[in-house]
Amino acid sequence: MTSSLDAWSLGKRFRREWGLRDCTLTIPEGAIVGLTGPNAAGKSTLLALATGLLAPSEGSISVLGCDPLREPAVLAEVGFVAQNAPLYKSFTVGDTIEYARRTNVRWDAEIVADLLTRMDSQTKVGALSAGERARLALALVLGKRPQLLLLDEPFAGLDPLAGREFLQLLMDGVAETAATVVIASHVIAHIERVCDHIVLLTGGGVRLEGNVDELLDSHRILMGPRRPLGAIRGVREIVRERHSGRQLTLLVLADGPIVDSSWTVDQVGLEELLMAYMAPERLPSPQPSPQPEERLPLRWHG
Amino acid sequence: MIEFHLDPRSGVATYLQIVQQVKDALRLGTIDVGDQLPTVREVVADLAINPNTVAKAYRDLEREGLVLARQGRGTFVASTLAPASLRHYDALRIELEHWLSAADDAGLDEESIRALISATLRETRARRVA
Repeated sequence: MTSSLDAWSLGKRFRREWGLRDCTLTIPEGAIVGLTGPNAAGKSTLLALATGLLAPSEGSISVLGCDPLREPAVLAEVGFVAQNAPLYKSFTVGDTIEYARRTNVRWDAEIVADLLTRMDSQTKVGALSAGERARLALALVLGKRPQLLLLDEPFAGLDPLAGREFLQLLMDGVAETAATVVIASHVIAHIERVCDHIVLLTGGGVRLEGNVDELLDSHRILMGPRRPLGAIRGVREIVRERHSGRQLTLLVLADGPIVDSSWTVDQVGLEELLMAYMAPERLPSPQPSPQPEERLPLRWHG
Repeated sequence: MIEFHLDPRSGVATYLQIVQQVKDALRLGTIDVGDQLPTVREVVADLAINPNTVAKAYRDLEREGLVLARQGRGTFVASTLAPASLRHYDALRIELEHWLSAADDAGLDEESIRALISATLRETRARRVA
């Protein structure tokens, strides 16, 4: 399988701190990738490295087979929408489209018109709603028919309806251009609907990466009575354990069938899986909370 | 033309939901041989899902011989799953409506009606096998 983006031990240091470290990943061609993780996990840093806006401090990155810093010509094939879709507020919609047409090597006027059917070209960009501005920025970037589309927090500031409309437009554009897409977002619900590949960053490193179907196939929820935990047949790794009363719930990476019938086995959803990997690793099990009668009585100060 | 809908909480993979909805429509005769399925672009613009997912569902249906993709023209129904009797089920449906209003008159609530239908269905099937 050909890849659209590869990183090898990629790292970027800002003065004292690492924004991204030891990042190795492969994004297959044609994938729709959810790049997720908590704030400051390195998502924007990775996108800036992919577009040649930053130079790596260590390791290397390849975009469509080229080094984005040494071979910037490849950037004609890469569409990038930065956070908050920066556009000139005093331009009209029509001016903005004309500006993009003139500054891009390749331009598909048809797809832009197609994606912006309900927008008046005389409107000033500053007067557009957040949803319309996001749609305009997306249409402009699809107008260059990029092979790789990088979107940084495209849903920020969009209400649920505008978020859904944006996603519809994006998927329509992807169906038309067959672009590989990387959507950086810390809101999993938005990307869960569309992405078939996940890159989860935590603390500047890759915590989890892979095809969504394969990740969901290889993880399971086990529920059973609380017990001391030894090796469980069919389990390669316990990702998260939770206790409540006498009940024990595990989220595990499985490498075979779970034969022990004292466990109830269930499938795991993408959001829950990502949350489990995002949490700080192996928290000590929480101390039992104090019994209600031990609490201090509330006093009413009148 | 068939319109797809998604239940994200069903736990069923999106592409399987699409496959299932096409098969249901074929069984009920709401789409028939020669009818066109919505294009991949139409489905993704409607549901906001990954085009690869729609393509995968259509490939599955094609492998089963139910639809045929024609280059540049779209995907068309190639064979049907509807049994002959179900395709002309109007008469049966009218009889069922009569029966349902009789059940209403007899004071049966919806749960009792469902229970009665499924129990009768089970017993009739069992007797036929025996």
